[in-house]
Amino acid sequence: MIPVAGRHLLYVVRPGALTTVQDAGRPGHAHLGVGRAGALDAPAARLANRLVGNPPDAAVLETTLTGCAVRPDRPVVAVVGGAGCRVTVDGRPVAWGAPVRVPAGAVLDAGPAGTGLRSYLAFAGGLVPDPVLGSRSADLLSGLGPAPLSEGDELPLGEPASGGPPPHAGPVPWPGAPAELVLPVHPGPRHDWFTEAAFRTLLTAAYRVSPHSNRIGLRMEGPPLERSRTEELPSEGMVLGAIQVPPDGRPVVFLNDHPTTGGYPVVGVVPERALSAAAQAVPGTRLRFVRA
Amino acid sequence: MSGPDATGDGPAGPTGPGGPSGLSRPSGPRAPGTPRVLPAGPHALLVELADGEHAEAFRAELLRRRERGELPAVRDIVPAARTVLLDGIAEGEPDARDRLARELASWRVEPLRREDREPVEVPVIYDGPDLGEVAALWGVGADEVAALHSRTAFRVAFCGFAPGFGYLTGLPERLHVPRRTTPRTRVPAGAVALAGPYTGVYPRPSPGGWQIVGRMPDPGALWDPGREPAALLVPGTPVRFVPVDAGKAAALPAPRAGDFQADSRADA
Repeated sequence: MIPVAGRHLLYVVRPGALTTVQDAGRPGHAHLGVGRAGALDAPAARLANRLVGNPPDAAVLETTLTGCAVRPDRPVVAVVGGAGCRVTVDGRPVAWGAPVRVPAGAVLDAGPAGTGLRSYLAFAGGLVPDPVLGSRSADLLSGLGPAPLSEGDELPLGEPASGGPPPHAGPVPWPGAPAELVLPVHPGPRHDWFTEAAFRTLLTAAYRVSPHSNRIGLRMEGPPLERSRTEELPSEGMVLGAIQVPPDGRPVVFLNDHPTTGGYPVVGVVPERALSAAAQAVPGTRLRFVRA
Repeated sequence: MSGPDATGDGPAGPTGPGGPSGLSRPSGPRAPGTPRVLPAGPHALLVELADGEHAEAFRAELLRRRERGELPAVRDIVPAARTVLLDGIAEGEPDARDRLARELASWRVEPLRREDREPVEVPVIYDGPDLGEVAALWGVGADEVAALHSRTAFRVAFCGFAPGFGYLTGLPERLHVPRRTTPRTRVPAGAVALAGPYTGVYPRPSPGGWQIVGRMPDPGALWDPGREPAALLVPGTPVRFVPVDAGKAAALPAPRAGDFQADSRADA
């Protein structure tokens, strides 16, 4: 890409297992079959943005387990937050969870997550790939938004807000990754499609986060839920946090890239505020549901 | 996710763990237009109607009341086979959802009026790989499928599966067909396909289990994020399929054999 005057880029040196551009997502288009997408650990993405002086919904990078490395073509203030990891600039250790200065051409490396799953890299000025329906978020189910990062990709960097250094001072309360994930459940809309024993199982069983979890859903290992009604459910609208139960009986908690409609019954709904912890739960994490 | 076949109709099941107050529990037969209001988390309601026709009428009523400013803030109104989801209900007000639930349950909903606006015309080359299968299910010759299908007045009941994928209703019950027993791993963009009561046009290549009867020569029109609305086939839109000659659309590449492969993961 030929540099354009006044336009700056972030080069992808190491994309990691899965790194995507995320902002606050694109709510409000579900009736067109368009999901919400957006950062899974939304409070972490907002905090990282705040620490570099961005609006809370500026686009950031969301990594998965193995981090990523990028090289800006101008000096930029960046924050690596969310999942805890080793952070280096040109190989030298720098602070995690606090603003760091990355010189032009230097490599900012967010290492593999030591705790948690998804780190967030925010850059002063934000990332500014072309928005789709008002959002720069990658939606891995529908394919909307920028594709997951590949080595050599170039992402446009926005201009930092004028007004000097980021408004950060002092320690910041980054929540740790959950040792045990406790998810509150609001019953319905289809809890009456399950046996009463199944609902008791949901609220008492010890589940574990499955390695098959992704941005679409948090999958789990544990006892299956038995249905009292076996007929097919006509497609119906699905909310973020819906606990959908596919034919194998193992619940799936829908995360941001979930389908807008689905044909398996939803036994209950986990409120949105509880989902940021779910986004940081590594496979194998103990998981239980409690009545909201 | 399973497919869109509307087979799960029936009376409401027995009462499970109780929902929040203000939400209806099943109690005997209801009038067909009466909504059953179900909780879907702290800020959403799933409104269930007797069938797709009533769901469409209910959605139209919601939009009319929203237009008149009689509805609290609702971020998403998502119609589906026989439900309408209201998501993101006045999230700042703790009681807003339950208040709305009580109100909805008492609504009298007018039957759906026939659209008087001109239908969106979707050109189709009827040469799909399942044309013979559909003809056999309909009990007609393969050459009659195009005529029967294109004579039908369709309407977009709802969207889902992929951005811009509309579930179109209008085929009479005797022309409903089952999904393929073996879904395909890849259905090309523009494929016009049938399953259950629905017809759909795939906006982009994807896995799919529907019976493909034809293709839209220029599927790019189905989904354009730069356009408002981005989807050509938004809920409520009347649609007609217009047969076009394969010869006249010769500039367009025919689907390759490799475009149709078997798989079991498809959603539509």
